[in-house]
Amino acid sequence: MATIEARGLRKAYGRTVALDGIDLRVEEGRILGLIGPNGAGKTTALNAILGLTPYQGELKVLGLDPWTERDRLMLDASFIADVAVLPRWMRVWQALDYLAGVHPRFDRARAEGFLANTTIGRDRRVRELSKGMVAQLHLALVMAIDAKLLVLDEPTLGLDLLFRKQFFDTLLNDYLDRSRTVVLATHQVEEVQDVLTDLVFIDRGRVVLACSMDEFESRYLELTVNPDRVAAARALEPFHERSVFGRTVLLFDGVDHARLTALGEVRRPGISDMLLAVVAGRTGAADGAGR
Amino acid sequence: MSAPSTTRPFRWSVRRELWENRSVWIAPLAVAILATLAFFVTLPGLPGSVRALAGPDMANAHMVVHGPYGGVALLGFATAFVVGVFYCLDALQGERRDRSILFWKSLPVSDRTTVLAKASIPFIVLPLVVFAFTAAAFLIMMLVGTAVVAAAGASVGMLWSHAEPFQSGLSVLYALVVLALWHAPIYGWLLLVSGWARRTALLWAVLPFVAIAGVERILFGTTRFAYFLEDLLLGWVSRAFAFGSDDAMGDMLGALTPVTFLSTPSLWIGLAFAAACLAIAIRLRHKREPA
Repeated sequence: MATIEARGLRKAYGRTVALDGIDLRVEEGRILGLIGPNGAGKTTALNAILGLTPYQGELKVLGLDPWTERDRLMLDASFIADVAVLPRWMRVWQALDYLAGVHPRFDRARAEGFLANTTIGRDRRVRELSKGMVAQLHLALVMAIDAKLLVLDEPTLGLDLLFRKQFFDTLLNDYLDRSRTVVLATHQVEEVQDVLTDLVFIDRGRVVLACSMDEFESRYLELTVNPDRVAAARALEPFHERSVFGRTVLLFDGVDHARLTALGEVRRPGISDMLLAVVAGRTGAADGAGR
Repeated sequence: MSAPSTTRPFRWSVRRELWENRSVWIAPLAVAILATLAFFVTLPGLPGSVRALAGPDMANAHMVVHGPYGGVALLGFATAFVVGVFYCLDALQGERRDRSILFWKSLPVSDRTTVLAKASIPFIVLPLVVFAFTAAAFLIMMLVGTAVVAAAGASVGMLWSHAEPFQSGLSVLYALVVLALWHAPIYGWLLLVSGWARRTALLWAVLPFVAIAGVERILFGTTRFAYFLEDLLLGWVSRAFAFGSDDAMGDMLGALTPVTFLSTPSLWIGLAFAAACLAIAIRLRHKREPA
Protein backbone atom coordinates (compact mmCIF):
# COMPACT_ATOMS: atom_id res chain seq x y z
CA MET A 1 0.00 0.00 0.00
CA ALA A 2 1.33 3.39 -0.96
CA THR A 3 1.32 6.03 1.78
CA ILE A 4 -0.56 8.43 -0.47
CA GLU A 5 -2.59 7.36 -3.44
CA ALA A 6 -4.58 9.94 -5.39
CA ARG A 7 -6.43 9.47 -8.65
CA GLY A 8 -8.15 12.26 -10.50
CA LEU A 9 -8.07 14.57 -7.49
CA ARG A 10 -10.19 17.61 -8.29
CA LYS A 11 -11.18 20.65 -6.33
CA ALA A 12 -12.91 23.82 -7.43
CA TYR A 13 -13.78 26.94 -5.46
CA GLY A 14 -16.74 28.26 -7.38
CA ARG A 15 -15.43 28.65 -10.90
CA THR A 16 -11.78 28.63 -9.90
CA VAL A 17 -10.29 25.21 -10.42
CA ALA A 18 -7.60 24.65 -7.78
CA LEU A 19 -6.89 21.01 -8.57
CA ASP A 20 -7.61 19.76 -12.05
CA GLY A 21 -7.34 16.00 -11.86
CA ILE A 22 -4.16 15.14 -10.00
CA ASP A 23 -2.68 11.65 -9.87
CA LEU A 24 -0.15 11.09 -7.14
CA ARG A 25 1.45 8.03 -5.63
CA VAL A 26 3.89 8.34 -2.74
CA GLU A 27 5.48 5.18 -1.44
CA GLU A 28 6.54 4.64 2.16
CA GLY A 29 9.85 6.24 3.11
CA ARG A 30 9.92 8.73 0.23
CA ILE A 31 10.54 12.44 0.65
CA LEU A 32 8.44 14.19 -1.93
CA GLY A 33 8.84 17.82 -2.90
CA LEU A 34 5.63 19.37 -4.16
CA ILE A 35 6.87 22.31 -6.12
CA GLY A 36 5.14 25.02 -8.07
CA PRO A 37 4.47 28.73 -8.28
CA ASN A 38 2.07 30.55 -5.96
CA GLY A 39 -1.51 29.55 -6.60
CA ALA A 40 -0.50 26.33 -8.35
CA GLY A 41 -2.63 24.24 -6.00
CA LYS A 42 0.06 22.98 -3.62
CA THR A 43 -1.74 23.96 -0.44
CA THR A 44 -5.07 22.72 -1.75
CA ALA A 45 -3.50 19.35 -2.52
CA LEU A 46 -1.97 19.15 0.95
CA ASN A 47 -5.24 20.23 2.58
CA ALA A 48 -7.02 17.42 0.74
CA ILE A 49 -4.37 14.94 1.88
CA LEU A 50 -4.82 16.10 5.48
CA GLY A 51 -8.61 16.01 5.47
CA LEU A 52 -8.98 19.77 5.74
CA THR A 53 -10.89 20.19 2.52
CA PRO A 54 -13.40 18.04 0.60
CA TYR A 55 -12.51 16.97 -2.93
CA GLN A 56 -13.64 14.96 -5.90
CA GLY A 57 -11.77 11.92 -7.09
CA GLU A 58 -10.09 9.12 -5.20
CA LEU A 59 -7.71 9.70 -2.33
CA LYS A 60 -6.33 7.31 0.25
CA VAL A 61 -3.74 8.38 2.80
CA LEU A 62 -2.30 5.56 4.93
CA GLY A 63 -5.30 3.58 3.74
CA LEU A 64 -7.81 6.08 5.14
CA ASP A 65 -10.19 8.56 3.57
CA PRO A 66 -8.82 11.83 4.96
CA TRP A 67 -12.08 13.78 4.70
CA THR A 68 -14.18 11.38 6.74
CA GLU A 69 -11.45 9.91 8.96
CA ARG A 70 -9.27 12.93 9.76
CA ASP A 71 -9.00 12.29 13.48
CA ARG A 72 -7.86 8.69 12.92
CA LEU A 73 -5.46 9.75 10.18
CA MET A 74 -3.87 12.27 12.54
CA LEU A 75 -2.72 9.45 14.81
CA ASP A 76 -0.20 8.57 12.10
CA ALA A 77 0.23 11.80 10.20
CA SER A 78 1.51 15.12 11.42
CA PHE A 79 1.49 18.49 9.83
CA ILE A 80 3.22 21.85 9.95
CA ALA A 81 1.34 24.44 7.92
CA ASP A 82 3.56 27.42 8.47
CA VAL A 83 5.00 29.09 11.48
CA ALA A 84 1.93 31.21 12.12
CA VAL A 85 -0.56 28.54 13.20
CA LEU A 86 0.55 27.72 16.73
CA PRO A 87 -1.99 29.36 19.08
CA ARG A 88 -0.46 32.64 20.16
CA TRP A 89 -1.78 32.49 23.72
CA MET A 90 -0.27 29.09 24.39
CA ARG A 91 2.70 28.63 26.67
CA VAL A 92 5.40 26.11 25.80
CA TRP A 93 4.58 23.84 28.74
CA GLN A 94 0.90 23.97 27.80
CA ALA A 95 1.70 22.78 24.28
CA LEU A 96 3.73 19.91 25.74
CA ASP A 97 1.01 19.00 28.26
CA TYR A 98 -1.75 19.21 25.68
CA LEU A 99 0.01 17.05 23.10
CA ALA A 100 0.90 14.49 25.73
CA GLY A 101 -2.75 14.55 26.75
CA VAL A 102 -4.33 14.02 23.34
CA HIS A 103 -1.70 12.26 21.19
CA PRO A 104 -0.87 8.64 21.99
CA ARG A 105 2.28 8.75 19.84
CA PHE A 106 3.71 11.94 21.35
CA ASP A 107 6.94 11.39 23.26
CA ARG A 108 7.21 14.26 25.68
CA ALA A 109 10.77 13.49 26.75
CA ARG A 110 11.85 13.61 23.11
CA ALA A 111 10.23 17.02 22.62
CA GLU A 112 11.90 18.30 25.80
CA GLY A 113 15.19 17.00 24.45
CA PHE A 114 14.81 18.96 21.23
CA LEU A 115 13.80 22.09 23.13
CA ALA A 116 16.84 21.76 25.39
CA ASN A 117 18.95 22.58 22.34
CA THR A 118 17.12 25.88 21.89
CA THR A 119 16.75 28.98 24.01
CA ILE A 120 12.97 28.56 24.30
CA GLY A 121 11.83 28.73 27.93
CA ARG A 122 8.96 26.56 29.20
CA ASP A 123 6.96 29.53 30.45
CA ARG A 124 7.14 31.58 27.28
CA ARG A 125 4.01 32.25 25.29
CA VAL A 126 4.05 31.60 21.56
CA ARG A 127 3.37 35.27 20.88
CA GLU A 128 6.52 36.21 22.78
CA LEU A 129 8.73 34.01 20.60
CA SER A 130 10.45 35.09 17.42
CA LYS A 131 9.32 33.54 14.17
CA GLY A 132 12.37 31.30 14.10
CA MET A 133 11.72 30.11 17.66
CA VAL A 134 8.09 29.32 16.85
CA ALA A 135 9.30 27.19 13.95
CA GLN A 136 11.78 25.44 16.27
CA LEU A 137 9.00 24.80 18.78
CA HIS A 138 6.59 23.47 16.19
CA LEU A 139 9.29 21.25 14.74
CA ALA A 140 10.20 19.93 18.20
CA LEU A 141 6.54 19.09 18.86
CA VAL A 142 6.07 17.38 15.52
CA MET A 143 9.35 15.46 15.61
CA ALA A 144 8.35 14.01 18.96
CA ILE A 145 5.30 12.43 17.34
CA ASP A 146 6.06 8.97 16.04
CA ALA A 147 4.16 9.49 12.79
CA LYS A 148 4.30 7.62 9.51
CA LEU A 149 3.62 10.66 7.38
CA LEU A 150 4.78 14.22 7.86
CA VAL A 151 3.30 16.98 5.72
CA LEU A 152 5.04 20.34 5.56
CA ASP A 153 3.45 23.30 3.81
CA GLU A 154 6.01 26.08 3.41
CA PRO A 155 7.32 25.36 6.91
CA THR A 156 10.14 27.88 6.70
CA LEU A 157 8.21 30.75 5.16
CA GLY A 158 9.55 34.06 6.40
CA LEU A 159 12.54 32.57 8.23
CA ASP A 160 16.04 33.72 7.57
CA LEU A 161 18.60 31.55 5.82
CA LEU A 162 20.18 30.30 9.04
CA PHE A 163 16.91 29.09 10.52
CA ARG A 164 15.88 27.52 7.22
CA LYS A 165 19.08 25.53 7.00
CA GLN A 166 18.86 24.51 10.64
CA PHE A 167 15.24 23.47 10.17
CA PHE A 168 16.04 21.03 7.37
CA ASP A 169 19.24 19.81 9.01
CA THR A 170 17.36 18.95 12.19
CA LEU A 171 14.67 17.25 10.16
CA LEU A 172 17.20 15.19 8.24
CA ASN A 173 19.42 14.22 11.15
CA ASP A 174 16.95 13.68 13.95
CA TYR A 175 13.75 12.63 12.25
CA LEU A 176 14.23 10.97 8.91
CA ASP A 177 16.02 7.92 10.20
CA ARG A 178 13.22 5.42 9.79
CA SER A 179 10.54 4.54 7.32
CA ARG A 180 8.80 7.87 7.49
CA THR A 181 7.25 9.52 4.50
CA VAL A 182 7.45 13.27 4.00
CA VAL A 183 5.54 15.52 1.66
CA LEU A 184 6.96 19.01 1.47
CA ALA A 185 5.52 21.96 -0.42
CA THR A 186 7.80 24.90 -0.93
CA HIS A 187 9.01 27.41 -3.40
CA GLN A 188 12.42 27.78 -1.81
CA VAL A 189 13.49 25.07 -4.15
CA GLU A 190 17.26 24.93 -4.03
CA GLU A 191 17.42 24.50 -0.29
CA VAL A 192 15.51 21.24 -0.34
CA GLN A 193 17.07 19.74 -3.45
CA ASP A 194 19.42 17.49 -1.44
CA VAL A 195 16.70 16.43 0.94
CA LEU A 196 14.22 15.07 -1.59
CA THR A 197 13.90 11.64 -3.08
CA ASP A 198 11.02 12.54 -5.38
CA LEU A 199 9.78 15.56 -7.20
CA VAL A 200 6.38 16.69 -8.40
CA PHE A 201 5.92 19.96 -10.27
CA ILE A 202 2.44 21.32 -10.08
CA ASP A 203 1.08 24.23 -12.05
CA ARG A 204 -2.46 25.55 -12.43
CA GLY A 205 -3.86 22.51 -10.67
CA ARG A 206 -2.09 19.92 -12.78
CA VAL A 207 0.96 17.74 -12.32
CA VAL A 208 3.39 18.84 -15.00
CA LEU A 209 6.36 16.72 -13.98
CA ALA A 210 6.71 13.76 -11.63
CA CYS A 211 9.88 11.77 -11.17
CA SER A 212 12.35 10.50 -8.60
CA MET A 213 15.45 12.56 -7.93
CA ASP A 214 17.58 9.74 -9.37
CA GLU A 215 15.54 9.89 -12.51
CA PHE A 216 15.67 13.67 -12.48
CA GLU A 217 19.44 13.66 -12.29
CA SER A 218 19.95 11.04 -14.94
CA ARG A 219 17.35 12.26 -17.43
CA TYR A 220 17.78 16.00 -17.60
CA LEU A 221 20.80 17.86 -18.85
CA GLU A 222 21.43 21.53 -19.49
CA LEU A 223 23.62 22.49 -22.38
CA THR A 224 25.19 25.90 -22.89
CA VAL A 225 25.72 25.64 -26.61
CA ASN A 226 28.82 26.78 -28.42
CA PRO A 227 27.60 29.49 -30.82
CA ASP A 228 28.51 27.50 -33.93
CA ARG A 229 26.69 24.36 -32.83
CA VAL A 230 23.25 25.78 -32.14
CA ALA A 231 21.59 24.18 -35.16
CA ALA A 232 23.08 20.78 -34.37
CA ALA A 233 21.99 21.10 -30.74
CA ARG A 234 18.44 22.08 -31.70
CA ALA A 235 18.27 19.01 -33.89
CA LEU A 236 18.45 16.88 -30.71
CA GLU A 237 15.04 18.26 -29.71
CA PRO A 238 15.56 20.23 -26.53
CA PHE A 239 12.33 20.79 -24.60
CA HIS A 240 13.31 24.27 -23.51
CA GLU A 241 15.46 27.03 -24.83
CA ARG A 242 16.57 30.26 -23.25
CA SER A 243 19.25 32.80 -23.71
CA VAL A 244 21.82 33.68 -21.03
CA PHE A 245 24.34 36.45 -21.69
CA GLY A 246 23.81 36.02 -25.41
CA ARG A 247 24.42 32.29 -25.35
CA THR A 248 21.80 29.70 -26.01
CA VAL A 249 20.97 27.38 -23.11
CA LEU A 250 19.01 24.24 -23.91
CA LEU A 251 17.37 21.62 -21.71
CA PHE A 252 17.27 18.01 -22.82
CA ASP A 253 15.34 15.03 -21.60
CA GLY A 254 17.08 11.67 -21.96
CA VAL A 255 19.77 12.69 -24.40
CA ASP A 256 23.17 11.00 -24.00
CA HIS A 257 25.69 13.06 -22.01
CA ALA A 258 28.52 12.33 -24.47
CA ARG A 259 26.59 13.60 -27.46
CA LEU A 260 25.96 16.92 -25.74
CA THR A 261 29.54 17.38 -24.50
CA ALA A 262 30.57 17.76 -28.12
CA LEU A 263 28.24 20.74 -28.54
CA GLY A 264 29.15 22.87 -25.52
CA GLU A 265 29.20 22.90 -21.72
CA VAL A 266 26.93 20.35 -20.06
CA ARG A 267 25.64 20.43 -16.48
CA ARG A 268 22.81 19.05 -14.45
CA PRO A 269 19.99 21.58 -14.17
CA GLY A 270 18.83 22.64 -10.74
CA ILE A 271 15.23 22.16 -9.68
CA SER A 272 14.51 25.84 -10.16
CA ASP A 273 15.92 25.81 -13.73
CA MET A 274 13.59 22.94 -14.48
CA LEU A 275 10.63 24.61 -12.76
CA LEU A 276 11.10 27.73 -14.85
CA ALA A 277 11.45 25.71 -18.03
CA VAL A 278 8.52 23.42 -17.39
CA VAL A 279 6.09 25.90 -15.89
CA ALA A 280 6.93 29.00 -17.91
CA GLY A 281 7.12 27.10 -21.19
CA ARG A 282 4.14 24.89 -20.57
CA THR A 283 2.08 26.15 -23.46
CA GLY A 284 4.42 24.68 -26.05
CA ALA A 285 7.47 22.45 -26.07
CA ALA A 286 7.30 21.73 -22.35
CA ASP A 287 4.63 19.08 -22.87
CA GLY A 288 7.44 16.69 -23.62
CA ALA A 289 8.63 16.97 -20.05
CA GLY A 290 5.26 16.48 -18.44
CA ARG A 291 3.30 13.33 -18.01
CA MET B 1 -2.29 -0.26 15.73
CA SER B 2 -2.02 -0.34 19.50
CA ALA B 3 -2.64 3.11 20.84
CA PRO B 4 -1.86 3.51 24.53
CA SER B 5 -5.07 4.48 26.29
CA THR B 6 -3.56 7.19 28.47
CA THR B 7 -4.74 10.05 26.30
CA ARG B 8 -7.90 11.91 27.27
CA PRO B 9 -8.80 14.18 24.37
CA PHE B 10 -11.99 15.54 25.92
CA ARG B 11 -10.49 16.39 29.28
CA TRP B 12 -7.48 18.10 27.69
CA SER B 13 -9.67 19.93 25.23
CA VAL B 14 -11.63 21.42 28.13
CA ARG B 15 -8.41 22.27 29.95
CA ARG B 16 -7.04 24.06 26.92
CA GLU B 17 -10.23 26.14 26.72
CA LEU B 18 -9.56 27.25 30.28
CA TRP B 19 -5.96 28.12 29.40
CA GLU B 20 -7.10 30.24 26.50
CA ASN B 21 -10.18 31.76 28.14
CA ARG B 22 -9.09 32.64 31.62
CA SER B 23 -12.11 34.94 32.04
CA VAL B 24 -14.13 31.75 32.57
CA TRP B 25 -12.80 31.58 36.12
CA ILE B 26 -11.29 35.02 36.65
CA ALA B 27 -14.54 36.94 36.06
CA PRO B 28 -16.64 34.89 38.54
CA LEU B 29 -13.77 35.09 41.05
CA ALA B 30 -13.50 38.86 40.71
CA VAL B 31 -17.26 39.31 41.04
CA ALA B 32 -17.40 37.06 44.11
CA ILE B 33 -14.57 39.03 45.75
CA LEU B 34 -16.21 42.38 44.98
CA ALA B 35 -19.57 41.19 46.33
CA THR B 36 -17.91 39.93 49.49
CA LEU B 37 -16.13 43.25 49.96
CA ALA B 38 -19.44 45.07 49.51
CA PHE B 39 -20.89 42.85 52.25
CA PHE B 40 -18.02 43.82 54.55
CA VAL B 41 -19.00 47.48 54.11
CA THR B 42 -22.44 46.68 55.57
CA LEU B 43 -20.99 44.75 58.53
CA PRO B 44 -21.21 47.54 61.15
CA GLY B 45 -25.02 47.48 60.82
CA LEU B 46 -25.32 43.71 61.05
CA PRO B 47 -25.61 43.31 64.86
CA GLY B 48 -28.40 45.89 64.88
CA SER B 49 -30.28 44.08 62.18
CA VAL B 50 -29.90 40.75 63.98
CA ARG B 51 -31.34 42.34 67.14
CA ALA B 52 -34.23 43.73 65.10
CA LEU B 53 -35.09 40.20 64.01
CA ALA B 54 -36.71 39.72 67.40
CA GLY B 55 -38.63 43.00 67.13
CA PRO B 56 -41.72 44.23 65.24
CA ASP B 57 -39.75 45.15 62.08
CA MET B 58 -38.72 41.58 61.59
CA ALA B 59 -39.57 41.21 57.89
CA ASN B 60 -37.43 44.15 56.98
CA ALA B 61 -34.56 42.95 59.18
CA HIS B 62 -34.76 39.53 57.58
CA MET B 63 -34.25 41.11 54.18
CA VAL B 64 -31.18 42.96 55.43
CA VAL B 65 -29.64 39.84 56.99
CA HIS B 66 -30.54 37.44 54.21
CA GLY B 67 -30.33 39.78 51.22
CA PRO B 68 -26.55 39.85 50.67
CA TYR B 69 -26.52 36.09 49.98
CA GLY B 70 -29.10 36.46 47.28
CA GLY B 71 -27.16 39.42 45.89
CA VAL B 72 -23.91 37.47 45.63
CA ALA B 73 -25.75 34.62 43.94
CA LEU B 74 -27.52 36.87 41.40
CA LEU B 75 -24.25 38.59 40.48
CA GLY B 76 -22.74 35.14 39.96
CA PHE B 77 -25.61 34.10 37.68
CA ALA B 78 -25.29 37.28 35.63
CA THR B 79 -21.52 36.81 35.33
CA ALA B 80 -21.92 33.22 34.18
CA PHE B 81 -24.38 34.35 31.52
CA VAL B 82 -22.30 37.23 30.18
CA VAL B 83 -19.05 35.22 30.15
CA GLY B 84 -20.85 32.27 28.57
CA VAL B 85 -22.33 34.41 25.80
CA PHE B 86 -19.04 36.01 24.84
CA TYR B 87 -17.16 32.75 25.18
CA CYS B 88 -19.57 30.97 22.81
CA LEU B 89 -19.48 33.75 20.22
CA ASP B 90 -15.72 33.41 19.89
CA ALA B 91 -15.31 29.70 20.58
CA LEU B 92 -15.38 28.45 16.99
CA GLN B 93 -14.68 31.68 15.13
CA GLY B 94 -11.47 32.60 16.92
CA GLU B 95 -9.58 29.49 15.90
CA ARG B 96 -10.40 30.14 12.24
CA ARG B 97 -9.55 33.84 12.50
CA ASP B 98 -6.04 33.25 13.87
CA ARG B 99 -5.60 30.07 11.77
CA SER B 100 -4.73 28.03 14.86
CA ILE B 101 -7.42 25.62 13.63
CA LEU B 102 -4.68 24.25 11.35
CA PHE B 103 -2.78 23.26 14.47
CA TRP B 104 -5.81 21.83 16.30
CA LYS B 105 -6.83 19.87 13.23
CA SER B 106 -3.34 18.39 12.90
CA LEU B 107 -4.03 16.40 16.07
CA PRO B 108 -6.09 13.28 16.57
CA VAL B 109 -9.02 15.09 18.19
CA SER B 110 -12.36 14.82 16.42
CA ASP B 111 -14.57 17.77 15.59
CA ARG B 112 -17.23 16.32 17.88
CA THR B 113 -14.86 16.15 20.85
CA THR B 114 -13.73 19.71 20.18
CA VAL B 115 -17.21 21.21 19.86
CA LEU B 116 -18.56 19.30 22.87
CA ALA B 117 -15.56 20.39 24.94
CA LYS B 118 -16.31 24.00 23.99
CA ALA B 119 -20.01 23.52 24.77
CA SER B 120 -19.11 22.13 28.20
CA ILE B 121 -17.80 25.57 29.21
CA PRO B 122 -21.23 27.28 29.44
CA PHE B 123 -23.13 24.08 30.28
CA ILE B 124 -20.90 22.58 32.96
CA VAL B 125 -17.71 24.50 33.74
CA LEU B 126 -19.16 27.99 34.30
CA PRO B 127 -21.98 26.76 36.61
CA LEU B 128 -19.43 24.76 38.64
CA VAL B 129 -17.01 27.69 38.83
CA VAL B 130 -19.76 30.12 39.89
CA PHE B 131 -21.06 27.66 42.47
CA ALA B 132 -17.59 27.15 43.94
CA PHE B 133 -16.88 30.89 44.27
CA THR B 134 -20.40 31.68 45.53
CA ALA B 135 -20.14 28.95 48.16
CA ALA B 136 -16.73 30.25 49.20
CA ALA B 137 -18.15 33.78 49.46
CA PHE B 138 -21.07 32.48 51.59
CA LEU B 139 -18.64 30.73 53.90
CA ILE B 140 -16.47 33.81 54.38
CA MET B 141 -19.52 36.06 54.86
CA MET B 142 -20.96 33.71 57.49
CA LEU B 143 -17.68 33.38 59.38
CA VAL B 144 -16.98 37.11 59.45
CA GLY B 145 -20.65 37.91 60.12
CA THR B 146 -20.70 35.47 63.04
CA ALA B 147 -17.58 37.04 64.54
CA VAL B 148 -18.99 40.57 64.23
CA VAL B 149 -22.40 39.61 65.66
CA ALA B 150 -20.83 37.64 68.53
CA ALA B 151 -18.45 40.49 69.35
CA ALA B 152 -21.40 42.87 69.53
CA GLY B 153 -23.22 40.48 71.86
CA ALA B 154 -26.12 39.83 69.48
CA SER B 155 -27.60 36.41 68.84
CA VAL B 156 -25.49 34.24 66.55
CA GLY B 157 -28.33 31.70 66.43
CA MET B 158 -30.69 34.32 65.00
CA LEU B 159 -28.13 35.24 62.39
CA TRP B 160 -27.72 31.65 61.17
CA SER B 161 -31.43 30.89 61.15
CA HIS B 162 -32.20 33.95 59.04
CA ALA B 163 -29.14 34.02 56.78
CA GLU B 164 -29.76 30.37 55.92
CA PRO B 165 -26.36 29.75 54.32
CA PHE B 166 -26.86 26.06 53.60
CA GLN B 167 -30.33 26.43 52.12
CA SER B 168 -29.05 29.38 50.11
CA GLY B 169 -26.14 27.29 48.82
CA LEU B 170 -28.47 24.50 47.74
CA SER B 171 -30.77 27.02 46.06
CA VAL B 172 -27.79 28.44 44.18
CA LEU B 173 -26.81 24.99 42.94
CA TYR B 174 -30.39 24.34 41.85
CA ALA B 175 -30.63 27.72 40.12
CA LEU B 176 -27.36 27.13 38.25
CA VAL B 177 -28.64 23.81 36.90
CA VAL B 178 -31.93 25.48 35.96
CA LEU B 179 -30.10 28.32 34.21
CA ALA B 180 -27.80 26.05 32.24
CA LEU B 181 -30.78 24.02 31.01
CA TRP B 182 -33.01 27.01 30.32
CA HIS B 183 -30.33 28.98 28.48
CA ALA B 184 -29.09 25.94 26.56
CA PRO B 185 -30.74 27.05 23.29
CA ILE B 186 -29.03 30.44 23.58
CA TYR B 187 -25.57 28.90 24.04
CA GLY B 188 -26.23 26.34 21.31
CA TRP B 189 -27.30 29.05 18.89
CA LEU B 190 -24.26 31.20 19.68
CA LEU B 191 -21.90 28.27 19.12
CA LEU B 192 -23.59 27.57 15.81
CA VAL B 193 -23.23 31.20 14.69
CA SER B 194 -19.62 31.20 15.87
CA GLY B 195 -18.93 28.15 13.71
CA TRP B 196 -20.67 29.70 10.73
CA ALA B 197 -19.93 33.44 10.67
CA ARG B 198 -16.67 34.62 9.20
CA ARG B 199 -16.77 37.78 11.28
CA THR B 200 -19.11 39.86 13.49
CA ALA B 201 -20.65 36.79 15.11
CA LEU B 202 -22.47 39.02 17.62
CA LEU B 203 -24.39 40.79 14.85
CA TRP B 204 -25.35 37.56 13.11
CA ALA B 205 -26.43 36.07 16.42
CA VAL B 206 -28.63 38.95 17.56
CA LEU B 207 -29.84 40.84 14.48
CA PRO B 208 -32.26 38.18 13.16
CA PHE B 209 -34.20 38.28 16.42
CA VAL B 210 -34.28 42.05 16.61
CA ALA B 211 -35.43 42.09 12.99
CA ILE B 212 -38.22 39.58 13.58
CA ALA B 213 -39.45 41.49 16.62
CA GLY B 214 -39.31 44.76 14.66
CA VAL B 215 -41.14 43.40 11.64
CA GLU B 216 -43.85 41.90 13.83
CA ARG B 217 -44.33 45.20 15.58
CA ILE B 218 -44.62 47.10 12.29
CA LEU B 219 -46.81 44.62 10.40
CA PHE B 220 -49.12 43.45 13.17
CA GLY B 221 -48.56 45.96 15.92
CA THR B 222 -48.01 43.08 18.36
CA THR B 223 -45.10 42.16 20.59
CA ARG B 224 -45.44 38.38 20.89
CA PHE B 225 -41.91 37.75 19.67
CA ALA B 226 -40.46 40.23 22.11
CA TYR B 227 -42.29 38.38 24.90
CA PHE B 228 -40.86 35.15 23.58
CA LEU B 229 -37.36 36.60 23.82
CA GLU B 230 -38.01 37.82 27.34
CA ASP B 231 -39.22 34.35 28.27
CA LEU B 232 -36.08 32.87 26.72
CA LEU B 233 -33.94 35.01 29.00
CA LEU B 234 -35.99 35.14 32.20
CA GLY B 235 -38.71 32.49 31.90
CA TRP B 236 -36.79 30.18 34.21
CA VAL B 237 -37.61 32.34 37.24
CA SER B 238 -41.36 31.71 37.24
CA ARG B 239 -40.99 28.04 36.23
CA ALA B 240 -38.34 26.95 38.69
CA PHE B 241 -39.25 29.06 41.71
CA ALA B 242 -42.49 29.90 43.52
CA PHE B 243 -41.77 32.91 45.68
CA GLY B 244 -44.90 33.18 47.76
CA SER B 245 -45.90 36.37 49.46
CA ASP B 246 -45.39 34.95 52.95
CA ASP B 247 -41.95 33.48 52.58
CA ALA B 248 -40.10 36.65 53.41
CA MET B 249 -38.55 34.70 56.26
CA GLY B 250 -39.24 31.55 54.78
CA ASP B 251 -38.88 28.17 53.68
CA MET B 252 -36.22 28.71 51.03
CA LEU B 253 -36.16 25.18 49.72
CA GLY B 254 -39.96 25.10 49.59
CA ALA B 255 -39.78 27.81 46.93
CA LEU B 256 -38.02 25.47 44.52
CA THR B 257 -40.35 23.89 42.00
CA PRO B 258 -38.30 21.40 40.01
CA VAL B 259 -41.35 19.41 38.91
CA THR B 260 -43.02 22.46 37.41
CA PHE B 261 -39.75 23.41 35.76
CA LEU B 262 -39.10 19.99 34.27
CA SER B 263 -42.64 19.69 32.98
CA THR B 264 -42.42 22.95 31.04
CA PRO B 265 -42.66 22.00 27.34
CA SER B 266 -40.58 24.97 26.18
CA LEU B 267 -37.67 23.70 28.32
CA TRP B 268 -37.56 20.49 26.31
CA ILE B 269 -38.10 22.26 23.01
CA GLY B 270 -35.15 24.49 23.90
CA LEU B 271 -32.96 21.53 24.79
CA ALA B 272 -33.81 19.82 21.50
CA PHE B 273 -32.99 23.06 19.67
CA ALA B 274 -29.65 23.28 21.52
CA ALA B 275 -28.79 19.69 20.58
CA ALA B 276 -29.58 20.43 16.93
CA CYS B 277 -27.40 23.56 17.04
CA LEU B 278 -24.47 21.56 18.44
CA ALA B 279 -24.89 18.89 15.78
CA ILE B 280 -24.76 21.60 13.10
CA ALA B 281 -21.77 23.27 14.78
CA ILE B 282 -19.88 19.95 14.66
CA ARG B 283 -20.64 19.61 10.94
CA LEU B 284 -19.60 23.21 10.33
CA ARG B 285 -16.27 22.71 12.05
CA HIS B 286 -15.69 19.71 9.85
CA LYS B 287 -16.67 21.53 6.67
CA ARG B 288 -15.33 25.04 7.12
CA GLU B 289 -12.09 25.21 5.21
CA PRO B 290 -8.99 26.98 6.44
CA ALA B 291 -8.75 30.55 5.24
